[in-house]
Amino acid sequence: MAMLTFEAKYRVRGGTLVGGNLFDFWVGPFYVGFFGLTTFFFSLVGTALILYGAAIGGTWNPWLINIAPPDLRYGLGLAPLREGGLWQMITICAIGAFVSWALRQAEISRKLGMGMHIPWAYSMAVFAYITLVVIRPVLMGAWGHAFPYGIFSHLDWVSNVGYQYLHFHYNPAHMIAVTFFFTTTLALSLHASLVLAAINPKKGETVKTAEHENTFYRDFIGYSIGTLGIHRLGLFIALSAGFWSAVCIVISGPFWTRGWPEWWNWWLQLPIWN
Amino acid sequence: MKPEFFRKFNFLFGTAVVALAAAAFLVVTFERPTVETVQSGFRGTSMGQVYNTRTLAAVQARNVVPEMDEAIPNDPESPRASEVYENVQILGHLSVEQFGRIMLAMSEWIYPNAEDPAQSCNGCHVPGNFASEDIYTKHVARRMLQMVHTINTTYSNHVNANGEVGVTCYTCHRGQAVPAAVWSQEPSNAAPSRMWAVAGEQNRPVSATGYATLPTDPFTPYLWGDEEIRVISGSARERNNNQSILQTEWTYGLMMHMSTSLGVNCTFCHNSRSFASWDSSTPQRVTAWHGIRMVRAINNDYIESLRDRFPPNRLGPLGDTLKVNCSTCHLGVYQPLYGAPMLRNYPELILPTQTSAPAADPSAPVQPAAAPAPAPALN
Repeated sequence: MAMLTFEAKYRVRGGTLVGGNLFDFWVGPFYVGFFGLTTFFFSLVGTALILYGAAIGGTWNPWLINIAPPDLRYGLGLAPLREGGLWQMITICAIGAFVSWALRQAEISRKLGMGMHIPWAYSMAVFAYITLVVIRPVLMGAWGHAFPYGIFSHLDWVSNVGYQYLHFHYNPAHMIAVTFFFTTTLALSLHASLVLAAINPKKGETVKTAEHENTFYRDFIGYSIGTLGIHRLGLFIALSAGFWSAVCIVISGPFWTRGWPEWWNWWLQLPIWN
Repeated sequence: MKPEFFRKFNFLFGTAVVALAAAAFLVVTFERPTVETVQSGFRGTSMGQVYNTRTLAAVQARNVVPEMDEAIPNDPESPRASEVYENVQILGHLSVEQFGRIMLAMSEWIYPNAEDPAQSCNGCHVPGNFASEDIYTKHVARRMLQMVHTINTTYSNHVNANGEVGVTCYTCHRGQAVPAAVWSQEPSNAAPSRMWAVAGEQNRPVSATGYATLPTDPFTPYLWGDEEIRVISGSARERNNNQSILQTEWTYGLMMHMSTSLGVNCTFCHNSRSFASWDSSTPQRVTAWHGIRMVRAINNDYIESLRDRFPPNRLGPLGDTLKVNCSTCHLGVYQPLYGAPMLRNYPELILPTQTSAPAADPSAPVQPAAAPAPAPALN
């Protein structure tokens, strides 16, 4: 297979974490590696199990397919296949595939001699998932506290979990997470509009440079974070959004069981005005 | 020493102080596991209750059933209370033994402090002249006996929804003349504004509505008046929909009250995918529906109707009576006193029909014979 012009740059030997040279090869444009194989294995088994679950679930309507975790009475034990056991196996496959993917990213980063930003960034999403399906259920004592795999069913779960704490908007970590999510989209839209404006000049004008971009923001808000800085900031606020999402759900239950508005009583009870 | 050392030391010291302060804040404001959970929906729907074992222990300590004597039968051989005592209007049908027993129980439930000359029997009776009508509490007590009877019969759908439980005076009073959790109207806290969706009593966090910024008096419209609680539209983009955010917040305030009163969360009654749908709600929602009707009847027919009887210190700041809401009986528990069937030990509280019918009392408005079944429609 012919190589693309830039492939020679990244198709380099070494950098593997496991397996030495054994799995250090490409299939077409795709690097394989040990973790590529495990990713492939877990995704294949997991997807097959999801299809099996759908087949015995009574509907093929993609919105309604639902593979739910076990009843709470099974605690942290294994459940029969049709009563949540399938969910448990799919969860193992999902974590296996997600973690393998992160490690494959780490191997590629090592090959390219770059930092670990990408695997760490991706790991934040995996961490949020593991918080939902492992950490919080373990802290609460049952796998049944995890969310079901289904488009509508997981939304129902989210809604009910929120209302289990009466008013989720009062969850302090939820507030922080939501703020980071909105800030991420704001920063991305500011950045994208700036770049698009700079590289799409009026007819007859030349493409603008980073200095022009900096000048625009210095005029506009008195400060420009710069071409490198905006990506550092973007990474920070995006990962913070994921991190605080994980925090906001893990504190709901294990570390707070009442309505979230009541948590703010510490503020009302400050000796300054109380 | 080198300035570098101090820089490093300052940084480490500062970090340690901040970390310690943050840790202390988290420990003080949050709960520690262990968590106890009850599942109430299909697996994976996350319907059910979440309790911390420490808070649960505190609530249990507040809801202990008092010592009770075994019930005694209404011995037909014994003289009637009305024959032995003067001016016995409600309980005259009881045998003397039963009558003495229920009087004693009521004094222990409501005026338990025998050392206090104003308590025990003297809470309602003029010492030496028990037939006298001079103390207002005696009139109130009569009405309350009729109320207890109505609750146990007309509102059986609520109080006997989960086993034959019923209510006694103790369900609310718990050894106090005025139950611990009652409500009356409060002076306005802010200028009400439909435009800014602000209710007069908003932004005053109170435990009755779970400390939210929602309106804190959802009781006047829904538990005294009979405003429609269900404001959700039955279809998308409904025409002529005049429901405001403020109305939904009043409803939300009432729901916060019901949840915190019962020590449960929204999923006790609702599957939040559709709060309106009866099909996906739990059976408890039907019980609550009857409960709302029951509380309205209590507040209107049995408490507000006594307004002129009460002295000013038994009225709220705006002159209305101290009325009941869900907390008055439930006190943080899904079933008052964890469903202890106290009524079984006090059959005296079941009145013969003629004395119980509220229509017989001209001061009380006519009451519906039975609460109708909940509407199956969305709205």
